[in-house]
Amino acid sequence: MAIMNNIEALRETLRQEMERDPRIIIMGEDVGPRGGVFRATQGLYQQFGENRVIDTPLAELSIVATGIGLALTGYFKPIVEIQFADFIFPAFNQILSEAARMRYRTRSDWTVPLIIRAPYGGGISGGLYHSQSVEAFFAHIPGLYVVAPSTPYDIKGMLRAALQLEDPVLFFEHKKTYRLIKGEAPEEDYIVPMGKAAIRREGDDLTVISYGLAMHDSVKAADMLAAEGVGVEVIDLRTLRPLDKETILASVKKTGKVLIVHEDNPTVSVGSEVAALIGQEAFEYLDGPITRLTPPDVPAVPFSHPLQDAFMLNPEKIAKAMRELAAY
Amino acid sequence: MASAARNSTKTKPSGRPSDQLTDAQLLKMYKTMVLSRKLDERSWVMNRQGRAPFHISGIGHEAIQVAAAETLRPGYDWFYPYYRDLAFVLAMGMKPVDHMLGLLGKAGDPSSGGIQMPSHFSNAKLRIGSISSPVATQVPIAAGTALASKLKGVDEVTVVCLGEGSTSQGDFHEGLNWAGVHKLPFICIVQNNQYAISVPVEKEMAVKNVADRAAAYGIKGVVVDGNDVLVCYDVMVEAVERARRGEGATLVEAKTYRVTPHSSDDDDRTYRSREEVEYWKQRDPILLFENVLFERGILTEDLKREIEDWAIAEVDKAEEEAVNAPYPDVSEMYEHLYGPAPNWEE
Ligand SMILES: Cc1ncc(C[n+]2csc(CCOP(=O)(O)OP(=O)(O)O)c2C)c(N)n1
Ligand SMILES: [Mg+2]
Repeated sequence: MAIMNNIEALRETLRQEMERDPRIIIMGEDVGPRGGVFRATQGLYQQFGENRVIDTPLAELSIVATGIGLALTGYFKPIVEIQFADFIFPAFNQILSEAARMRYRTRSDWTVPLIIRAPYGGGISGGLYHSQSVEAFFAHIPGLYVVAPSTPYDIKGMLRAALQLEDPVLFFEHKKTYRLIKGEAPEEDYIVPMGKAAIRREGDDLTVISYGLAMHDSVKAADMLAAEGVGVEVIDLRTLRPLDKETILASVKKTGKVLIVHEDNPTVSVGSEVAALIGQEAFEYLDGPITRLTPPDVPAVPFSHPLQDAFMLNPEKIAKAMRELAAY
Repeated sequence: MASAARNSTKTKPSGRPSDQLTDAQLLKMYKTMVLSRKLDERSWVMNRQGRAPFHISGIGHEAIQVAAAETLRPGYDWFYPYYRDLAFVLAMGMKPVDHMLGLLGKAGDPSSGGIQMPSHFSNAKLRIGSISSPVATQVPIAAGTALASKLKGVDEVTVVCLGEGSTSQGDFHEGLNWAGVHKLPFICIVQNNQYAISVPVEKEMAVKNVADRAAAYGIKGVVVDGNDVLVCYDVMVEAVERARRGEGATLVEAKTYRVTPHSSDDDDRTYRSREEVEYWKQRDPILLFENVLFERGILTEDLKREIEDWAIAEVDKAEEEAVNAPYPDVSEMYEHLYGPAPNWEE
């Protein structure tokens, strides 16, 4: 089985799927000859031509809106790239009011099979506007799928799953994982279904619920705790809307202790929702407070190195939170 | 602003596209305008009687709408309407009862099954795109649809409508920019009725005409008398032919007037004079079209009365059918969030 990093998995899947389905077209800023600023679309323009890999005007609202208009015809299956998730907000109204609501408001007469890819996340000296986690804004919206795959295997399988849907998908990729995270990704066809979390590490004493880069750090932290004799189960949500309630609740019922870890702001976040779910549906199984570990509730990741380091999570910080909860 | 229609018998040899319209076509267009008007007026009455919670009117806008529809191929070309396009969607094939069902929020409302407010038209079979309430969002979406036709290599045209106030939105700019960059088979019709609710056009823009902005996008801009159905037709024929030939997009600005309040919740006496409204009632597009049809001997007083009676009977039928139709079941609220998920195995 091939070992590759996240960006290679993304690129390979885009190429394979475009070879298979001529309806797929890619649009975004610099996705053409340049191959995207993160190289996600490298070589695709050269292989598929300017009618299938389209450099757009620098205008996120209409990158999404034209994607909607293309998708509505059924002629094409657009995958649009928002260069940085931080810049998705001009398109927010198009995503909320149009893409997400089209099916509902027309009783499925019109549907928007559109994939919106967006690199998010910090730790790359991107400062306030190249580091943000924006998933909570979208996870709030009925009608959207919101995913945050963070391994090569999941990126391949979930991109394929997204392409099989007739509904809009927000496909968030943690940009620091692009080259940092390597793993096995089989050549052959497979799907990672939407709405299914993965158990990355099994354990009986404590459940960590996470996604993205923080999930990888949580696995490292869980390894440290294992050496100390504490068994930590790490759940990778992968899909943020809809949540995999079954996997979450089953693990919590087993361990009785929950630590929710993510890089997004804590207030009204995916973690808030997971905590509410557990509080309501697994209260009597809990042996400790539902605990959250996130960066501080400040606007976003500051640029200066000491501040960035203080903001970002890491295995040590997560291990500390695990120890505290385990000792409760 | 061109307005030669009232003399159109004299201008016949000039070779205007509207000269080619047959008497039957002219009467069909006239009938659609009258039908839309009667349906619209009935909607106001039902609102004032407390039977319809909300109505937003297209009265005064019928000429550009019916003229534009006459130049399109319903079910082949794509049309993204806005909320005043009652006459437009009727001309494209929607039925009076469709509007009435929407007005009353009935299950059979083909636009949204009673999910959306009235006049938020949609009809997938007719390729009438669904509109939401935030204004102008449909413009860049329509540009995407026009791009789809172009990439597919078919000669479909995409038409999108909005009001002049809504052109202040960034969506409008971005949509037209795409239309220019990709030379799209795209026509944007701005129905300039000179107000955005109460805000007059001079507070929306510093240019005299919305169409003047076309130059900034490298597309064609045309100003037309939106109350003169025949000049509207001429302008639209040219725009559609250019689009079909792959020669690019047109921004059509139809100057018109909304003689009713903005919606059933508005009181226009708070921001404009009765004299101004009266002036425009004299320039009613149906009245102007009747003058032409009388002059050409196509319409007679008897035929006019017959058409009005027919329209009222159609509206009566539509109203009755909609009144007797069921409301959506509450379970409908939970439906159509997502399509069926494929049968996945990991
Ligand atoms: C984004 C947005 N802001 C505000 C409104 C409320 N609103 C509805 S119609 C309207 C005026 C629109 O004026 P114009 O575009 O000139 O169209 P008209 O109604 O005159 O035909 C306003 C402010 C809205 N629907 N959408
Ligand atoms: Mg207006």
